[in-house]
Amino acid sequence: MTRDEIKWKIGELLADFLEEDKIELADDTVADDVDGWDSITHMKLVLAVEEFYGIRFESDEIAAPENVGALADLIANKCAEK
Amino acid sequence: MSQALIQLPWLPEAPEDFTKQCREFGSTEGPAGAMLQFLAGHRMSLAQAGSLSRAIAKRRRAGADFAPLAEFSLSVLTSSTIDILIDYIPAAAARHGVVTRLIVTPYDQVVQQALDPMSEVNAAKADAVLLVVDHRWLQIDRPRLGDGADQVSGAIRRLDDVVKALRQNGGGPAIIQTIAVPPTALFGSFERRVSGSVRSMVEEINRLIVDLADRTQSYILDAAALAERVGTDLWFDPVQWAAYKLPFSSEVAPAYADLVGRLLGAIRGKARKCLVMDLDNTLWGGVVGDDGLEGIKIGQGSVVGEAHLGVQQMALDLRERGVILAVSSKNDDDVARRPFQEHPDMALKEQHISVFQANWLDKASNLEAIARSLNIGIDALVLLDDNPAERAQLRAALPAIAVPELPNEPSLFVSYLLAAGYFETIGFTAEDRLRAGSYKADAERAAVMATTRDLGDYLQSLGMTMRATPFDLQGRKRIAQLIGKTNQFNLTTRRHSEAEVARFEADPDAFTLQVRLEDKFGDLGMIGVVICTADKYNDRSDWHIDTWLMSCRVLGRKVEEAMLGEIARGAMAKGVKRLVGIYIPTVKNGMVADHYQKLGFRMAAETDGHPTFVLELGDYTRPSIPIEIIGSDALSIGPIAPLMGASPEPADRA
Repeated sequence: MTRDEIKWKIGELLADFLEEDKIELADDTVADDVDGWDSITHMKLVLAVEEFYGIRFESDEIAAPENVGALADLIANKCAEK
Repeated sequence: MSQALIQLPWLPEAPEDFTKQCREFGSTEGPAGAMLQFLAGHRMSLAQAGSLSRAIAKRRRAGADFAPLAEFSLSVLTSSTIDILIDYIPAAAARHGVVTRLIVTPYDQVVQQALDPMSEVNAAKADAVLLVVDHRWLQIDRPRLGDGADQVSGAIRRLDDVVKALRQNGGGPAIIQTIAVPPTALFGSFERRVSGSVRSMVEEINRLIVDLADRTQSYILDAAALAERVGTDLWFDPVQWAAYKLPFSSEVAPAYADLVGRLLGAIRGKARKCLVMDLDNTLWGGVVGDDGLEGIKIGQGSVVGEAHLGVQQMALDLRERGVILAVSSKNDDDVARRPFQEHPDMALKEQHISVFQANWLDKASNLEAIARSLNIGIDALVLLDDNPAERAQLRAALPAIAVPELPNEPSLFVSYLLAAGYFETIGFTAEDRLRAGSYKADAERAAVMATTRDLGDYLQSLGMTMRATPFDLQGRKRIAQLIGKTNQFNLTTRRHSEAEVARFEADPDAFTLQVRLEDKFGDLGMIGVVICTADKYNDRSDWHIDTWLMSCRVLGRKVEEAMLGEIARGAMAKGVKRLVGIYIPTVKNGMVADHYQKLGFRMAAETDGHPTFVLELGDYTRPSIPIEIIGSDALSIGPIAPLMGASPEPADRA
């Protein structure tokens, strides 16, 4: 899948967890930019991404991505590795 | 549980727009029970479960009426992260008849919350308190080679204090979970022989937990059994514990939540009470109406037979446990009962079945009749049925009943049904043992109140396509087979040989159809055969329907109407004015006595003593049918096709 599709999926999952209709994400969006994106939400997001793409993050990968763009890249790489 | 069972495969998958449906459900008004049962009956992702749980909370706060689900307030005390469980538990509990209010307490203050009379948990006074604690909280996560016994006594005392304090301070009765053994045997095969090894301590604690539950009238959630079934290698996830303090793998969370849901359901008396079983390809291999007593497969001699016998034995075991057995099958009553009465390999007999519904009416009405006859709620029924289309229809028509998805492989029916946990219990008394027997011993028939159910949407949602083409070489064998073995839906039971089939194929005065049906669940193969012959003595303006047969699997889907549509199309293209159908009654084809009348034919004078029916094609309009027809000339015709006047059918293809 494309990087844009991944970013779209992240946005869709966040919107579900935060009960919003839609959440726009840019490559440089960080958790603080989005209302409610706290550590619990981040955990759920990571778990949901793992579930959806059938991938698993390693412990140092979970907290590593500094923004949405980096997270999308990480997901894309892990999917390619599969 | 195998890897596959951990994903709750007996639940149908949630549709694409599930989250949207949950949000809509959260914002509507009016009775909420039926819609909630329907939504909760699906397998859900974390995000989907969260949407449903939040929608439930929203409707609860708005004071919605959730009947027939029961309310339950559940406090949770834990030493680990349970945010995922918070999303899964209300959705799972709704599946088992309970609307849950979750009271979550501050993380890792299990003892403090229990002992402090003014704590959140004690102020909440919930219906129960779930203790999500593990070997780490109990401090038996490292081997204690010198003082294993002391460590265990200390652990059980801690638990005992918490449980008693919760009762005393108003928190509520405890749900104590058993402890999973971590897959890190320090001593290998010697582990069990060292009293201070982790395994030895955990197994001892589990024994003491049962004892504690008995002494304090607490409930037990057997998490250890679930861990065993999924495998502790999967249950314990070191990465997720390190990163989030998740007590067990997030992959197990839906199964764990379902386990909690079942327990809450059992506490509220919502566990299911009756197993309704389909017959053909569920209790035996094959179709008794077509294959006969000798042809169905039960027990020794075949893998399939053994698998179905296993299903019967499971049903008997459930009956011993107090579950009522019933039958609901599309069959003639006497035909359906014969295996129970006469087949030597049947484990189930009529005396084990409390209500026996074998007829041609719709299953939903039959299930309602069964519930009424047993005087139990419709939400007390579980239906075991091998047919996916039938299952989907029942879920839509009666969201209150439980209809597990089943794999094609009958050897797995038992594991799916038991894994689904519909018959959870919190007690077992002499009364339970006798219950099944006390409900009728003689397989009564319950009166069915036929309800006109609007099946339109459901049939449309099946996405059926029908291919009706003339006889050809490829189809010949199968056509001859159907002609030879179809007994029930067969108007004339003329057993044409394969050579005769070939003759019809080549005959310019014959019109033939081999009918295939596909739906979104798969290809049903050839399900119908038609042979019409032109009446040479009437200037070929009449067609006689020599043969019309259909598979009973596709009853109730308007396939008959679609087949008539194709016959009519072919007839009108050749200028034929009338269709003449004849019904030759046999012992087995009573179900089609009114077939032609239902299709709009009128009765005419008998032919050779057999009822005869006529359709004037000038008066015929094809109704709207939820089946897409793909014709022999590869023209795709939609549901509403105007058939009056010329059709593009090539004139000489009979």
